[in-house]
Amino acid sequence: MSLPIEINELAPEFKELVKERVPSANFDLCLTCGTCTAGCPASELFDMDPRKLVRMLVLGMDEEIRKTPWAWVCTMCARCTNGCPMAVDIPKLVYNMRNSWPREKRPKGILGSCDQHIRTGNAMGVPTEDFVWTVEDVAEEIRDTQPQFKDLKVTVDRKGALMAINQNSREPVTEPDELSPLWKILHLVGADWTYPSVMWGGENYCLFLADEEGWRYILEEFVVHIDETLKCPLVVNTE
Amino acid sequence: MKKFNIAHKFEFTSIITLYAQWIREGKLKVNSDWNKDLGIKFTAQDPCNIVRKTWGEQAANDMRFVIKTIVGEENFTDMVPCGINNYCCGGGGGALQAGYTEQRRAYGKVKFDQIRRTGAGYVIAPCHNCHSQIEDIGHHFGGNYTVTHIWTIMCLAMGVLGENERTYLGDDLKYFGL
Repeated sequence: MSLPIEINELAPEFKELVKERVPSANFDLCLTCGTCTAGCPASELFDMDPRKLVRMLVLGMDEEIRKTPWAWVCTMCARCTNGCPMAVDIPKLVYNMRNSWPREKRPKGILGSCDQHIRTGNAMGVPTEDFVWTVEDVAEEIRDTQPQFKDLKVTVDRKGALMAINQNSREPVTEPDELSPLWKILHLVGADWTYPSVMWGGENYCLFLADEEGWRYILEEFVVHIDETLKCPLVVNTE
Repeated sequence: MKKFNIAHKFEFTSIITLYAQWIREGKLKVNSDWNKDLGIKFTAQDPCNIVRKTWGEQAANDMRFVIKTIVGEENFTDMVPCGINNYCCGGGGGALQAGYTEQRRAYGKVKFDQIRRTGAGYVIAPCHNCHSQIEDIGHHFGGNYTVTHIWTIMCLAMGVLGENERTYLGDDLKYFGL
């Protein structure tokens, strides 16, 4: 049964906290038009939707906001903000809701992948030497069995290459043969490219986990490696 | 990097934009002749992180240019809505690893219905999250489509896709061109 909200007992502290971190979030400008909710596939899941969430935030229903698992089924896809006439930043609100969960209480799957990434440079936790070995092994097999690609070159940490290319860690771990089509395309166009050995995983679970420290660490390590060690002027995000 | 004010010297781009550039420059010699008689139908997912959240409509346009070049314009049908207004697949933002499977699939039903209405037999999903989620909802809701990468179809179109590189092709293309 629905109960009336006791507004007098509520103070929107969480809203103030998020506003401090995201000054442009515009929560107070929400017109309650519902454009966000109409276009959100996560509407109604866990009895929540984006418009309702913003109302709850503004009313100061902080406890409900901090505990709803909706924070983890919203994908922060930004379709709501994209359509919002007042540019209310709901994805950043959801990010901060995730961030307000104690780290160890956040979903284990995301937490584990974030920790692996911090530790090894990729979400699947592959040691760098295994990644390098797999890449070389697959490349050698292509050179040996497909005459058209007998000169195929795949390098890791080749300094001065034009492009540093990231790689989702799923391929080298679970389906190494899926690495080859991209390499073949790069070979055919004569691309000057390399894989970085530091933070080479193209995924970013620390962002999903809303782990600020982990996310920042991954980016900083990556930037230093690309700019200072490899000196590649272009970083390419793959499929 | 913007978020943390981390300065960097390199530029950041998407492989999809490079594919488009290489096709336009004539470096990537690829066309859709292979699909002229087959007439296999494709649609494509706009990954939120590539399109709406990073490079915008330009990345969506580049992706369509590349896909139409390799499968034939007449064999490509867009989802509705698409581009910057496309729906998220429901697997992003860590949802695939968050453990709320029932809700993730309910979310994905929107994507599943969009795909079904295109009538396409192949969905190109140039993002690993989208790829896994669209495969999963296809199995769950009884879809009759295959999820694949641009690079798979690109190599198939150029006649250089190896026998062992066809995990993401359906039976109709498993042995094509070998």
